[in-house]
Amino acid sequence: MDEPGGSYSFAHGARKVAPFSIAVFGFGVSFGVLAAPAMGRVAPIVMSVTTFAGSAQFASASILADGGTLGAAVVAAILLNLRYGPIGVSVAPSLTGPWWSRLLRAQLVVDETWALSGDGRGGHDAKIIVGAGVVLYAGWVIGTTIGVLFGDLIGDPARWGLDAAFPALFLALLVPNLDRPHATSAAILGAAIALALTPIAPPGIPIVAAGLACLLGWRRA
Amino acid sequence: MNDAWWTVILVGTATIAIKGAGPVLLGGRPLPERLGRVIGLLAPALLAALVAINTFGDGRALVLDERALGVGAAAVAIWLKAPPLLVVVLAAAVTAVARALL
Repeated sequence: MDEPGGSYSFAHGARKVAPFSIAVFGFGVSFGVLAAPAMGRVAPIVMSVTTFAGSAQFASASILADGGTLGAAVVAAILLNLRYGPIGVSVAPSLTGPWWSRLLRAQLVVDETWALSGDGRGGHDAKIIVGAGVVLYAGWVIGTTIGVLFGDLIGDPARWGLDAAFPALFLALLVPNLDRPHATSAAILGAAIALALTPIAPPGIPIVAAGLACLLGWRRA
Repeated sequence: MNDAWWTVILVGTATIAIKGAGPVLLGGRPLPERLGRVIGLLAPALLAALVAINTFGDGRALVLDERALGVGAAAVAIWLKAPPLLVVVLAAAVTAVARALL
């Protein structure tokens, strides 16, 4: 470790994310189960290794499973991942060092690690991102592999209520993020924008548009 | 190469680029104070949108189904300061039981 307390922060991130990583493992299993019939056995696992972004992966796999086109599968996933543009800007100040190291660590930024690494004032802790990200990534990849291999035994993930575990996880991440000025208003506005646009815009757009609710922060706290 | 592999390659490359853009171009530099406050509200806004869409969204339709019961139970558990894993398991269990019974 290059500084005192460095190992504490990685371990701290890993510990903080542990309960979420069990849930993400479950989502990985559902992704494997749902993707294997449409994508084969190897492609879903390679996708979890190279694209660490659950909701986008679910979107492409379900589009391919429904007989959708390659273009639709790719565009939907990219739209769902557009939020990582501004999210990347928000973590950028905390990621120092050479560009390749910043690029690599940026891949460990997902909703969960981003929410857990926030300091409540717009800043993020790079060590928590890495410590939490590695644990979460392992859960995601191992879960996907198990889902692909044992999909026949597991059956429809919705039978286990896993589709409701998703929003519950995001709710558990949201609540600690409500402690700053205007945060509750931003959350209500974000949810309202997302729901209002869902019937009229392609998947992904409502989430990106909901991000505009953060402009409430432009006002003085 | 089939569509599944093209999806893996194209989505993977785009995601790496999207995630990496901010940290590679702006890495290590502090954001202006006002922009920092705006970005600080991105988490509540996006997380609330993800909760709403994953609870009530079904493709392009808005529906009220068993997931709402599960997420409602999760909200009560969070309010009672239950640990996150219990919150998530409870949401799945309530939803699964509701689906089996209703």
